[in-house]
Formats: sequence, structure tokens, C-alpha cells
Amino acid sequence: MSSVLYDVPGPKARRISLIGSIVGSLLILGLLAWIIMTFAQQGIFEGRRWQIFTRADVWTLLANGLGATLSAAALAAVIAFPLGLLLCLLRISDAAFIRIPTRVVLEFLRGMPVVLMMLFVLLGFGTSPFIAVVTGLVLYNSAVFAEIIRAGIQSLPKGQREAGLAIGLTSFKSRMLIELPQAIRRMMPSLVAQMVVLLKDTSLGYIVAYGELLRAVQVMADFLGTQFLFPIFFVAAAIYIAINILVSRIAVWIERRGSKKAAGGVAKAEPEAAEAAVP
Amino acid sequence: MDVILENLPLYWNGFLRTLFLSAVSGVIALVLGTLLAAARVSPVAALRGFSTVYVEVLRNTPLTIAFFFAAIVLPRLGVKFEQFEVAAIIALSTYTAAFIAEAVRSGVNSVPVGQAEAARSIGMNFGQVLNLIILPQALRTVVPPLINILIALVKNSSVAGAFFVLELFGYGRQLANANGDAVIPVLLGVAFFYLLLTVPLGILASTVERKVAIAR
Repeated sequence: MSSVLYDVPGPKARRISLIGSIVGSLLILGLLAWIIMTFAQQGIFEGRRWQIFTRADVWTLLANGLGATLSAAALAAVIAFPLGLLLCLLRISDAAFIRIPTRVVLEFLRGMPVVLMMLFVLLGFGTSPFIAVVTGLVLYNSAVFAEIIRAGIQSLPKGQREAGLAIGLTSFKSRMLIELPQAIRRMMPSLVAQMVVLLKDTSLGYIVAYGELLRAVQVMADFLGTQFLFPIFFVAAAIYIAINILVSRIAVWIERRGSKKAAGGVAKAEPEAAEAAVP
Repeated sequence: MDVILENLPLYWNGFLRTLFLSAVSGVIALVLGTLLAAARVSPVAALRGFSTVYVEVLRNTPLTIAFFFAAIVLPRLGVKFEQFEVAAIIALSTYTAAFIAEAVRSGVNSVPVGQAEAARSIGMNFGQVLNLIILPQALRTVVPPLINILIALVKNSSVAGAFFVLELFGYGRQLANANGDAVIPVLLGVAFFYLLLTVPLGILASTVERKVAIAR
């Protein structure tokens, strides 16, 4: 897009752009340098603060935290996807007495902070933090999955369903055999992007005292001394962000692959669906 | 039910603080996000690089990590806050800005290239193309996703309740601990107040979407 907005820059414009680049880089570098200086004054870069990473038990605790994060995310995703599929089928049901209540439930679930649902399950039903985290994630994400799949079905050409019904399939069979497979393939980038959201939201487990990665950081800082808070936090945050970026990249890769295939005549998916996920 | 009525002033306080946090962070995030989106399409490579890295990192950071950094790690590094609201606003607005930047950018990208080409070919300059042709069309596609991001912001502000800010979720947690026998009504009350904000916004988003939809 940006290439058609203005002419190819001439020598003068290129020079201005180069100067701008250099000034911009210097400003950003200066900001970074200032941050690093401030940190250094607090003694963040002293070797002894980072020596704790030579200890095996620190890594064991971090690995346990990461394991807890990933297992909650994996279990929640595995339950939420089929549930989302079911909710989607109910949401687009032909019968109004099924469709409308489902719609209300979905609006309710989507309008609610995930952490509130976790607390609700934890305190209201007295479950373990693990179950509270997984239930909160499942409730919210199944509602989102349902909406994503519904958007996929609605983006299909009308003729798909009409053709299905015309060859004598029941409404349910047409949904399952004709529409859903296309809709899910189409919405794959959005679904994977939502997985990233789900993975990110496991960190809310920190608030309901689930022993995930961030809670492990807090426990270690309390136990080893607060001077180690920053190094441990830094490493844990880097792990979290690296995993999320990896999954996001997979979403983008799937999207590219999908849109290449789609060039042959199948309708194209929503543009940049993977990019446009809601926080 | 009695618990909710007895503590209605607390709920109301929490509701107002949630509203305040969301509004202030929302405005900061909108400004910051638009600037980042502009930097992303600018001809200056350094700005482009900075914006790309910022968006990529913040979008993949769990919000709790951002809050933990602002409210617990920053004070240890010598950045002291008078009130924890400031930490909450920093975390919420920097996090949300990344999503707003993406939404604005994809809105600009959603305008077909032919529009810009046509405008250029009839002799418009860069400013005219952007102001008269691209932005008015981009805005239509951007508003619904922006409202959705603001809905998410309202819900995300609940995380502040766990980091020393007494907003809706914070009060809810307090009340739930104080009234062990009436946890479910207490938290349903909190839920009601959140829905009071998110459901109207959601309806607004879909209305706007229908109103401004253009056949492409």
C-alpha cells in the first residue's frame, strides 16, 4: 500500500529519509541507554544477581512453572474447541428456542473478564486452582471459538448449504459435512491466534494462586531474596514471550499457506485474520 | 442479594474506578497506537523497525506479566508510584496500544490499492490521497475492531484488581473474602457491572459495523 501513496523518492527525499533514520535510531538508542543506565545504578547487572541461574533448582522451579502453564493451556484448548463447535451449532440452529438462549449465554461469557470467571469457580465451587484456571479458560475461549467458527460459516457462499440440502442431506449433515470443514479451514489463522490468547491468559492463574510460571517467579523472589526478582522475572518473561511469538508465527504461516492454496478459486479467508486478534 | 444491596456503594466505587482506568488507558492507547501505526508505514526505517518490534513483543506478552512488571518490578528498580493506578494505566495502555496499532494498520491495508492508484493518477499528492481517499475508507473498517479492543480493555482492567488497585474486581475479591457464605451472589454482582459496560459497547460495535459496511 505505502508504495503507491507517493512517488519513488528522489535523491533529496532519500537523503532526508536517511537523516531521519539516523536521528530516529539515535533517539531510540539513547532511550535504551538511559534505561540500561538506570538499571545499572540499581545494580541489576552485577554478576552475583545472575549467578542464581547456575543453580539447578532455579531451573527446576522455572520448568515446573512452565509445565503448569502449558498443561493448563493444553487441557483448556482441548476441551474448549469441541465445546466451541457445539456452541456454534446451537447458535446457528434453525430453532429459535435454542438459538436465542445460546446467543445470550455467549454474550454473557464473552463480556466477562476471564479472571473473574476463574475466581468465581475457585471461591464459588471451592475447586483447586488448576480446575479454576482451566474452567475459566474453557468458558471464555469456547465462546470465542464458537463466534469464530460462526463467522467462518457465514462467510461461505450461500450455495454451499443450498446444494447440501438439495442433494437430500439433513440440515445437521449439511453443517457437519459441507459447511464446517470449509469454515474451520478458512478460520484456521483466527483459531490459532486465539490459541495464543488462551496461552497468554493462563498467566491470570497467578491471581488465583495457580503455580504457573509467574507464580514460580514470585515464589522464588520471596524465597531467595528480592534482589533476584528482576533476573528471574526477566528470564520468565522471555520464555513466555518466546513461546507466544512462536505460536503467532505458526498462525501467520498457516495463513500464508492457506491463501496460496486459495488462489486457485476457493474463496479467500478474511484478510489478516491472524493479525487482527483481540487482546 | 442482600449482600449486593448492602455493599452497593463499594460496587459503585469500583465501577467508577474501572471506568476511569479504562477511559484513561483507552485514550493513551489510542494515541500511542495510532502513532505506532503511522511509524509502521513511514518511510523512516528506524521508526518502522521500532514499531514492528514493539508491536510484536507487546502483543505476545501476557497482560499479567505487563502488570507484574509495572506494579512489582518497576518499584524495585527505583521507579516509585504515588498510587498504583499509575502502574495499572502504564501496563494497560502500553499493552493495548500494540493491538490498536495492528488494527489501524490492517484498516489502512484493507483499502484496495486501486483506490490509491486512481487518486494518484488524477494528480493528487500524498496528503490528498491519504486524507481524501484512503483514511475515510480505512476508518470505516477500523472502528468496529477498535471498539472490540476497547471492550477487551475494560475486561483487562480487572487484572489491576490483583495488583493493589481497588476497582470492580478488587472490591469483588475483597467482598468475596469477607462474605464467605455468599461468594456466588457477590461475584455475580461484579459480573453484572462488567456487563453493564461490555454489552452496550458490543451492541455499538455491531451496529457501527452494519451501518458502515460497504460492499467490496
